[in-house]
Amino acid sequence: MTQDSGMLRHTLRGFLGLFPTLLLLITVVFFMMRIAPGGPFDSEKLLPPEIEANLNAKYHLDEPLLQQYFRYMGQIAVLDFGPSFQYKDWTVKELIAQSFPISLTVGALAMLLAFVMGTMLGIAAALRQNSRVDYALMGFAMLGISVPNFVIAPILILLLAVYVGWLPAGGWDWSVASMVLPVVTLSLPVTAYIARLTRGSMIEVLHSNFIRTARAKGLPESVVIWRHALKPAMLPVISFMAPATAGLISGSVVIERIFSIPGLGSYFITGALNRDYTLVMGAVIFYGVLIIVLNFVVDLIYAWLNPKIRYDEKH
Amino acid sequence: MTQLRQFLIPIVSTILLSACDNDDKEHVPDRLDRHSSSVELVLTEDGRPDPSVLAQEQVLHRDNGEEPATLDPHLARGVPSAHILRDLFEGLTAESPNGRVIPGAAIRWNISRDGKTYTFYLRREARWSNGDLVTAEDFVYGLRRSASPATASNYAQVLLPIANAAEVLSGALPVDQLGVTAINEYILQIKLKGPTPYFLGLLNHSSTYPVHRPSQMNYGSAFSRPGNLVSNGAYVLKDWVVRSRIELTRNENYWDADNVILERVIYHPFEDQSAASKQFRAGKLQWTYGVPNNQFKWLQKHYSDELVISPWLGSYFFGYNVTREPFIENPNLRLALALALDRDLLTEKVTQFGEQPSYTLVPPGIGEFVSPLPEWASWSQAERNEEARRLYAGAGYSEDKPLRFEIRYNTGENNKKMALAAASLWKQVLGVQATLVNEELKVFLQNREQKVLTQVFRAGWIGDYADPYGFLELFRTGHGRNDYGYSNELYDSLLEEIAAERIPARRRRLMFEAERILLAELPFIPVYTYVTKRLVSPRLRGWESNVMDHHYSKYMFLLKTVLEEQKSAAADMGDTVEAVEEAPAEETVTAEKNGETPEENEVVAEVDGGTREQHK
Repeated sequence: MTQDSGMLRHTLRGFLGLFPTLLLLITVVFFMMRIAPGGPFDSEKLLPPEIEANLNAKYHLDEPLLQQYFRYMGQIAVLDFGPSFQYKDWTVKELIAQSFPISLTVGALAMLLAFVMGTMLGIAAALRQNSRVDYALMGFAMLGISVPNFVIAPILILLLAVYVGWLPAGGWDWSVASMVLPVVTLSLPVTAYIARLTRGSMIEVLHSNFIRTARAKGLPESVVIWRHALKPAMLPVISFMAPATAGLISGSVVIERIFSIPGLGSYFITGALNRDYTLVMGAVIFYGVLIIVLNFVVDLIYAWLNPKIRYDEKH
Repeated sequence: MTQLRQFLIPIVSTILLSACDNDDKEHVPDRLDRHSSSVELVLTEDGRPDPSVLAQEQVLHRDNGEEPATLDPHLARGVPSAHILRDLFEGLTAESPNGRVIPGAAIRWNISRDGKTYTFYLRREARWSNGDLVTAEDFVYGLRRSASPATASNYAQVLLPIANAAEVLSGALPVDQLGVTAINEYILQIKLKGPTPYFLGLLNHSSTYPVHRPSQMNYGSAFSRPGNLVSNGAYVLKDWVVRSRIELTRNENYWDADNVILERVIYHPFEDQSAASKQFRAGKLQWTYGVPNNQFKWLQKHYSDELVISPWLGSYFFGYNVTREPFIENPNLRLALALALDRDLLTEKVTQFGEQPSYTLVPPGIGEFVSPLPEWASWSQAERNEEARRLYAGAGYSEDKPLRFEIRYNTGENNKKMALAAASLWKQVLGVQATLVNEELKVFLQNREQKVLTQVFRAGWIGDYADPYGFLELFRTGHGRNDYGYSNELYDSLLEEIAAERIPARRRRLMFEAERILLAELPFIPVYTYVTKRLVSPRLRGWESNVMDHHYSKYMFLLKTVLEEQKSAAADMGDTVEAVEEAPAEETVTAEKNGETPEENEVVAEVDGGTREQHK
């Protein structure tokens, strides 16, 4: 009972902390975007003054900056992200609504794959510490971390799409075939990282006293590993996963460009370069909420995995 | 007979066009002469491709560069939008496959003696995609909407030659004062501020397109969405998934629908040119927007039949800030740097895609206009270098006291390579110490405009319309993009004369004179003429290269197989399987491409159909 109320307090505190963080985020990004030289309508082509005036009036860019800021905050309060400057036929909300499910699918699948593969490989390596299997797996993982996506992706495309023709070279139509390459490419470095993390913490746990006790009691090795060692060994992996998941499901610019996937990631870059103020703000706020919520979910999982945290809550 | 027609009609139609009074006959020939290069085999008597050689499925997948900003013709800006809008809508004039201005929604027109009143006679058979008649009122409504301050059009400057357009745009006059009148259902009159010889060419720009009044009023800003959009061009909008695909289907109500062969056209946006070229190689695209940089040799070897390179109406050059040391009041020094730039080397070794070395501002290919060539254009590079050294020394610089300045350029692989190459050539020939400054596009543009930091900077221009005026105007005192700070009274008065002159030959002479002044004073360094480069499936026919790079899908069709004559040509090219070994060469390119975002080809996206600008 006390445990539950402690959890509840923890939850509530985390939830309330969301607002000042977001407010700060929005304010900083808003002014940073405006400070950047140039505006959304600047281009190498001359814009006659009367046309520029019309555009500025339409998007309220002719108002003082503070007034624009409060106007924007007022809009955000009613969840209106405004129209995009660059993609004129769509509102920012529509653009995010169209692209996020795609990024979410790719990111979530990649995370799932990375988690399953990574922990399996990590445990396998930890159990055969300093054996050939261990070296091979960790060497492979190092490769996965250090070879960037944009090298692996084109190689996979050339092999599997252009020459063999098993998979599409890019594009997105919600078919499994169109998901395979981006998901695999996106998950590789994360898999590698998780594998190394798991191995390290597993080895540490396996050397700890309570495992020795479990073994001394004569428990079968499989029970020792799966029931006793795995849970604590997962802690660093879980805390790594929060930001990693937020990063994956909010879309990877690199993966989106190479595989021509209409996900969320590109909006951060193209939005910023085009000075598409509303789109950048929308994407940043969305990402901000996502990362805060995920951190928060991780806190909950952490508490469940680690009794020490729950114990502390009671005091 | 067909042969004779093919031969005669282009000539006849050119004459007709300059007389500015075309009739419907002209349209038929265009369908013929566009095939004239190699299609004798394919055409039937009536000028259509023989159905037996056509592919069963007439579906074209076109890579369209970036996601289009909008499909509202009056808000549109940028090449990706322009390509699609040309398929969806039809302006008063249109273009033949080779880029000549031909009748569009107007079947013919008259121009008053003073060149200021245009009377257009619309096609009576023209229909909107929902079956409604296309009337003069629709054009009046469209032009007024485009000029209205409330619309906040991005490219309404196309309308500026129209009487009162500037006043309407600035809100000083109500929209009904725009010089556009519907005389009756099928006759439209447009009054201009001054004679504008290139006006007909502006009328195929999307800013002048009509919109379907009832649906526009009904759906408001959402009228350009699939399901809502009613258009008058050869195609209708069927589906639009942002940054994924835009699907068009044949417009059954289009007045020339019988001659439209492609059933569906699917535009795919690609942010990455390597991604698009891989899709092309996997057979998923028949037309790409560009090609990845650095792959010229590889593409030429393995895709020589597909790689299409042709001159573009654009110039790449370096600008001087002539309001600042060291280039202020120093034409000799400016000339010295221009002389020392080995353009053959730059185009052969750096740009590589067949760009033409340039010694002028206005690119070739604009009607009968020929630019004045400076004398040194005919010298050898050794002679130029010698003269450059003489001028450089004359300006007071030497090995001990070298000229130092910054070359500023916006992010882009090609810009970087050009700036590097120029700096090393200047160092090699003159001993100049130039440093490179890379800036993000918007920062770069702002610095150029302020003329405080800039000394030498990357510049370029792609013609809005096939007329030298758009290029020459850049150096007018007070022009918004005169980032050179160049100001010359004689030059300005010549520009005024050009704007008022309506006799083509005299106008050309004035433009020649203006460009001559510019080339003598050199507020810029001409470097090369742009080319367009893309991969096109040999099965896709009916299109032609043109300097405007406008390609209407309605002229295109897909063959069942590659024609015999093409096959034999392809035979000497290595077989494609070999490609596997060489593929890794491509990886590095992709890697580089991902670092910097609006890559070369994406940035061209800012370039527009009628409205072009260049950030390369």
